Amino acid sequence: MARIQISDLIKRYGKAEVIHGIDLDIADGEFVVLVGPSGCGKSTTLRMIAGLEDISGGTIRIGDRVVNDMPPKNRNIAMVFQNYAIYPHLSLRKNIGFGLHTSPLSAAEKDRKVDEVAALLGLTPYLDRRPAALSGGQRQRVAIGRAMVRDPQAFLFDEPLSNLDAQLRAQMRIEIKELHNRLGTTIVYVTHDQVEAMTMADRIVVMKDGHILQTGTPMEIYDRPQDVFTARFIGTPSMNIFRASEGADGFAPDPAGTALIGIRPQELRVAADGPTSLTAAGPVTVVETLGPETLVHFRPEGMDDALIATAPAHDIPHVGAQVTARAAPGALHLFDPKTEVALGRR
Amino acid sequence: MSDGSHWMHRVSPGATLRWTVLFIGGLIMITPLLYMFSSSLKPGADIYDLRLIPARATLDNYRAVLSDGRFMRWFLNSTFIATCVTLSTLFFDSLVGYTLAKFRFRGRQLVFIAILSTLMIPTEMLVIPWYLLSAQLGWIDSYWGIMFPGMMTGFGTFLMKQFFETVPDDFLEAARIDGLSEFAIWWRVAMPLVTPALSALAIFAFLGNWTAFFWPLIVTTSQELYTLPIGLSSFAVEAAIKWEMIMTGAALATIPTLIVFLVLQRYIVRGVMLAGLKG
Ligand SMILES: Nc1ncnc2c1ncn2[C@@H]1O[C@H](COP(=O)(O)OP(=O)(O)O)[C@@H](O)[C@H]1O
Ligand SMILES: [Mg+2]
Repeated sequence: MARIQISDLIKRYGKAEVIHGIDLDIADGEFVVLVGPSGCGKSTTLRMIAGLEDISGGTIRIGDRVVNDMPPKNRNIAMVFQNYAIYPHLSLRKNIGFGLHTSPLSAAEKDRKVDEVAALLGLTPYLDRRPAALSGGQRQRVAIGRAMVRDPQAFLFDEPLSNLDAQLRAQMRIEIKELHNRLGTTIVYVTHDQVEAMTMADRIVVMKDGHILQTGTPMEIYDRPQDVFTARFIGTPSMNIFRASEGADGFAPDPAGTALIGIRPQELRVAADGPTSLTAAGPVTVVETLGPETLVHFRPEGMDDALIATAPAHDIPHVGAQVTARAAPGALHLFDPKTEVALGRR
Repeated sequence: MSDGSHWMHRVSPGATLRWTVLFIGGLIMITPLLYMFSSSLKPGADIYDLRLIPARATLDNYRAVLSDGRFMRWFLNSTFIATCVTLSTLFFDSLVGYTLAKFRFRGRQLVFIAILSTLMIPTEMLVIPWYLLSAQLGWIDSYWGIMFPGMMTGFGTFLMKQFFETVPDDFLEAARIDGLSEFAIWWRVAMPLVTPALSALAIFAFLGNWTAFFWPLIVTTSQELYTLPIGLSSFAVEAAIKWEMIMTGAALATIPTLIVFLVLQRYIVRGVMLAGLKG
């Protein structure tokens, strides 16, 4: 187990700089998720921590050692890849045993470790088989097993669930989280999926274009996104962000307004009453029934994009009908229209 | 399928034509081979009797060839040379192909183009420099002299590079993190993933060297170093051309190539299955 400290980390490929000096301090035992759109530099950052990519500038410390020039095998970290990296020509036992390649243990002790890990991951019945017959979820478990046998200082995951279907993904999320609770090992986890970030992380690191935009606990990021990008990126459906102008009874959508405001669909309620900080009205364009509640898309006059609001489960408006939605005080996010930086909540 | 009209319906005129053409093509290919076997069974006196089914079949030719010490010697020479060259080709071509496919280094493209360009020079043009080189270094009339030009091939390197490019980097990086040396990553992780290509290359290399004629003919002078093709052709320049001996020797010479092909073909199929399962 170890703390990982990254300071002023830079990565260049030839002349192109893709990571522009990021700082990140990951506590011992913390589960940190790097999240951001494809191409923002998450994998590159992770691979530099692993030692698979050279560092162009800055320092990385694992534990109390600077590892900038240390080869991957000496860093005592384990990594799980999107493509599982399971070798089809070897039995599961051999595949998992790969993780113990440099270990000084005897063959019998190695076998015992593999058995232990396999039991933990429910892979015991398949140990002497080849991976051909395994499902995607089982394969990813083998990859995790291979990482676990080493008792590494930290686990690095690079989009490990992207090749799985939605249901399996949800299940594996929980398994990985449980694993973290049990082992208590530092985890750095990369994903482009904000749901994974929200559900698994102790701390989320939002990245964009080689910069860190914001770090914080899932709820901090959800409640106080520091800019429009993060506000849109975290939470489903995405936060409504639009121009508005302020009147006597709060804000109203206005394409020519001077304010840039955001409101999460869950907090923009159709047919709600009580104190109001925002009122929007318009014809319904689409209705999505989710079960516990209904998402109502409607387009206020003059606006290009529809807003999304929430209606109670059984109070479903018709497409074309006029609806009015309200937000309570405190629910609004205000942004600077020029810099798109958050100005606070209202 | 037992329904007659259904069956009729399935065989379209186009398919009939295709099968006929393929059948005729196959016949053209196999006739010389059958003729070779047929001639090897004929007594020497009947050799110009061109019937495909021998009037009098005998195994005397086989007895004669196999008891001729020279034939066994040539056979072993060929086996030794083709095996060594094939193993060497497999090793070096895949090592270089892997390096070109999976490492980025200055001059990589240049090396690759240089290797590719050797594919465009015909053997006939290379024989003179090879010969001069061998003469300089005292390799004339030695096993090494026969073998050295084929120890590494541009074609094999190119083939292996293409296949190694299909091996996901994740596979290699996972091993790198687990602490395998670069050589071990190549040997234990990358090589097993390209068995189809290795098998195909092994077949090409073995067949090519087994049947090689021009260079071994030039570089050898003593009968003890002849390979099988050279040795068999030397039957033809003796006082009377003994066709039945040549045909028998040639028939025997096909056996190792058949074995190599039958054995390795399985790996090609199995390898394709393995490669298909990574997703
Ligand atoms: N080997 C490379 N050579 C050049 N550019 C690269 C290389 N690998 C990644 N990049 C660039 O670096 C940026 C970050 O990539 P990556 O870390 O893979 O993003 P992410 O994992 O967030 O999708 C991308 O713009 C990508 O094009
Ligand atoms: Mg990535």
